Amino acid sequence: MSDLPDAARQGPKPTGRLEEAEVVAPSRWKTIWDADISYSFRQSPVAMGAAFVTLVMVLAAVFAPLVATTNPFDPSSLNLMNGFSAPGVPNAFTGETFFLGTDDQGRDVWSTILYGLRISLFVGAMAVAFAMILGITLGLLAGYLGGWTETIIMRVADVQLTFPSILVALLIFGVARGVIPIEYRDQMAIWVLIIAIGLSDWVQFARVVRGATLVEKNKEYVQAARLIGRKPGAIMLRHILPNVLSPVLVIATISLALAIIAEATLSFLGVGAPPTQPSLGTLIRIGQDFLFSGEWWILFFPACTLLALALSVNLLGDWLRDALNPRLR
Amino acid sequence: MTTPVLELKNLTVDIPTRFGTLRPVDDVSWSIDAGEILGVVGESGAGKSMTGNAVIGLLDSPAHISGGQVLLEGERIDRLKLSDMRRIRGKRIGMVFQDPLTSLNPLLTIGEQLSETILRHLDVSNAEADARAIRGLDEVGIPSAKNRMGAYPHEFSGGMRQRVVIALALCAEPTLLIADEPTTALDVSVQAQITALLKRLCRERGMAAMLVTHDMGVIAETADRVAVMYAGRLAEIGPVSQIVGQPRHPYTDGLMASTPAASAGQARLRQIPGAMPRLGKLPDGCAFHPRCPFVQDKCRHDPGPKVGIADDRAACWFPLDAQEDVA
Amino acid sequence: MTGLVSIKGLTRVFDVSKPWLNRMIERLPKRMLTAVSDVSFDIPAKTTYALVGESGSGKSTIGKMVVGLLRPTEGNVEIDGIDLVTETDPAIIDRIRTDIQMIFQDPFASLNPRWRVRDIITEPVSARGGNIDGLAEKLLVQVGLAEEDAGKYPHQFSGGQRQRLCVARALASEPKLIVCDEPTSALDVSVQAQVLNLMSDLKEDHGLTYLFISHDLTVVRHMADTIGVLYLGRLVEEASPTSLFNEPAHPYTAMLIDAAPRLDAFGREVEPPEGEIPDPTDPPSGCAFHPRCPLATDICKAERPKLTPHGAGRVACHHAGQVRLKGAA
Repeated sequence: MSDLPDAARQGPKPTGRLEEAEVVAPSRWKTIWDADISYSFRQSPVAMGAAFVTLVMVLAAVFAPLVATTNPFDPSSLNLMNGFSAPGVPNAFTGETFFLGTDDQGRDVWSTILYGLRISLFVGAMAVAFAMILGITLGLLAGYLGGWTETIIMRVADVQLTFPSILVALLIFGVARGVIPIEYRDQMAIWVLIIAIGLSDWVQFARVVRGATLVEKNKEYVQAARLIGRKPGAIMLRHILPNVLSPVLVIATISLALAIIAEATLSFLGVGAPPTQPSLGTLIRIGQDFLFSGEWWILFFPACTLLALALSVNLLGDWLRDALNPRLR
Repeated sequence: MTTPVLELKNLTVDIPTRFGTLRPVDDVSWSIDAGEILGVVGESGAGKSMTGNAVIGLLDSPAHISGGQVLLEGERIDRLKLSDMRRIRGKRIGMVFQDPLTSLNPLLTIGEQLSETILRHLDVSNAEADARAIRGLDEVGIPSAKNRMGAYPHEFSGGMRQRVVIALALCAEPTLLIADEPTTALDVSVQAQITALLKRLCRERGMAAMLVTHDMGVIAETADRVAVMYAGRLAEIGPVSQIVGQPRHPYTDGLMASTPAASAGQARLRQIPGAMPRLGKLPDGCAFHPRCPFVQDKCRHDPGPKVGIADDRAACWFPLDAQEDVA
Repeated sequence: MTGLVSIKGLTRVFDVSKPWLNRMIERLPKRMLTAVSDVSFDIPAKTTYALVGESGSGKSTIGKMVVGLLRPTEGNVEIDGIDLVTETDPAIIDRIRTDIQMIFQDPFASLNPRWRVRDIITEPVSARGGNIDGLAEKLLVQVGLAEEDAGKYPHQFSGGQRQRLCVARALASEPKLIVCDEPTSALDVSVQAQVLNLMSDLKEDHGLTYLFISHDLTVVRHMADTIGVLYLGRLVEEASPTSLFNEPAHPYTAMLIDAAPRLDAFGREVEPPEGEIPDPTDPPSGCAFHPRCPLATDICKAERPKLTPHGAGRVACHHAGQVRLKGAA
């Protein structure tokens, strides 16, 4: 070897200063803006459009009392004479104009849609949250503990998967109706709906979380935590859970669209939200009665709303799945 | 003068990204003659695998050759259509990759894979193809080759699988072999077998080979000439004895010295401070200057020159042999 | 005097059979893999004991049993005279746990990607409710990184820097023993030198004991005070680096030394070693190395040699000391 200055020969004690020069901490906002996921969002007109539609609908639902022209469920504000007003045409008796028309009882369709959207979104979101909590918990337990715990949880999941989820929801709904006293039924209907849809939907969360947990639990950072005597509960919650959440996020978004449709289906079948608290599905069922008598708007506008909501949430989920998949990037 | 088997002239590869264009291979030129093994060494991110992929036209989009030429036996192959390139791959250029499992189809017997490759590239009968396949397996040291033709890849051990991959790469009698980390996944004893095999085959067939690896020991034992890459650029190229014994680029010198084998018995290993810069954040001037123990002002502004004759040069303003003269 | 670590008759058997149902249908017997078989050695305090071997030699399995991530099938590991498997006093278990740490091979999988550096490297202390004020900063400086790095995430560091973070975590609980499982095999050569030098320095400064597991003889030669060579789960030779490299007593050791590529050996023409490692579920009779051994005689096929003292070390070979290195040393 050739002659070297002493410093190079002995190898100075590592300082690492030099390597640090590469990493300059940018501001938080810049970090978020530069992240791959936000870049992918800005590059996708579909995702931006879907997000916009979803956002508008959520805002409209949340602020329904402010946006709606009337409160359709306050009997004092209703005038039966306004019934069957066509969209944008002044009513023959009262001269009032409703730009989306009214239904048989004179309720403003625009307002019923806003309030229906509220119920639909609430039920959908709560059902997904319930399914998510249940599925993540069971999936983590099955994946991390293995053995009999895993066998029992995953076999139950397999059995449930062989039934269509709407059938499972119907079954749970039916059982709940039998158990709950009649005077509470309407009051509890929304919650029964949430539990029925949630219970029919936990399986896919559990499966995905179990799969991801099986991968993560063999990684060395989990072994390092076991080594220092961390309890299984702490390892699952603090180490594994944060690392299995991105696929869960994708499923949750797509599940939200499915849950909204499931709720609408159940309500359309007459076993969901009661007419006193109509969701979009209930509105469609009501509107269906008048479809062939020419009052198309009672069905058409709620149906369009449901379609737009389910479609945009689903598109958002599709985009999220692609954006979070490193292989497609 | 004979035409070299492979010649790179100012080869440059660009990857456009939203943060600007990265240049994983920057102005690399060298040639490999028949029967010669050129070892390409460098640490991860040096651009050595990317160079190999550029030669065989297997760059993943959006990476592309943005400048320079690739000449195979004097003929330009960097602008070829995909279908023409596919004909050259396998026929005139054989390839061996790190993981033998991904190079073999798990659903076909090795006999089928070999015969199929031979039939695709050579104009021979089925029986002749089978005979050649058996000869190929024999040549790479697979015991009782004839009986093993019907075996599936999973029935072989890791070392035997890599031998099958080599047989597959060589069955169409290519003039150039590109081996990308062919022994990295193997155990030491098997690694020695595979490098000895590669050496013997190149010598016997007069085949040129480009051996890409991060392992200085493998290079020292296998290669005739060595190209050292750093941050996408060629740092130094020369005969193996020169590169290993009397390196002139400070990076090569540090790389050799930090190999534990080189400092057996010493209390501390010599180390190069810092790490290779990321492609997006290359320093001005010579890319090695922030880690170089001999850095001078000139190095901070001017990228290293190409000193010396064509196939023996170091890209350094103050190469080590010159420095000794000064001192 | 026994060492800090005392390993006696350590054996680990894995069940690698197919699932129960497949076995019944295909009428297959259970397949057992003996990964580690009757391994005994001591590690004196403040020394480095290196285990070398190729894949399937059981070196990582021994490491995991030493730190308590795996239970031995037979035999035991005593640290400071305490066997973690049989010890019942939680206070003593806790004390021994803080005395052992591990550095893993893959610097990308061994740090939880969702945690900040501060939380990662102080976890061995914080998990026990210890005081971590300023601890992260102190550790970072010790391993050659900067105090500001405590707030960053692992992905902001290069491979070598991550391995420094792993070293910092291993130092957090002020352990006596650190098991290093291939700590530098995922790193580039120049960075490997940095990490190895750092580990040597820390050993001096903190009076550490290392169990150093590697497949790379050149690295081991540089780090170890004593080297144990493993072949198919058994210790075949144990000696100091000087005597092992100059006069290997076991033919397998000689083969490894000959096969290791050397920098000064361009144009070296040595017959490569013959054969490959046999299937560990079906090891050869007698001495497991006999099918590849140039010295093998009938006794090697029939009888397994015992590990017996040889010079200053130990060797398990019927023909110990008859082997010669091929390349000139």
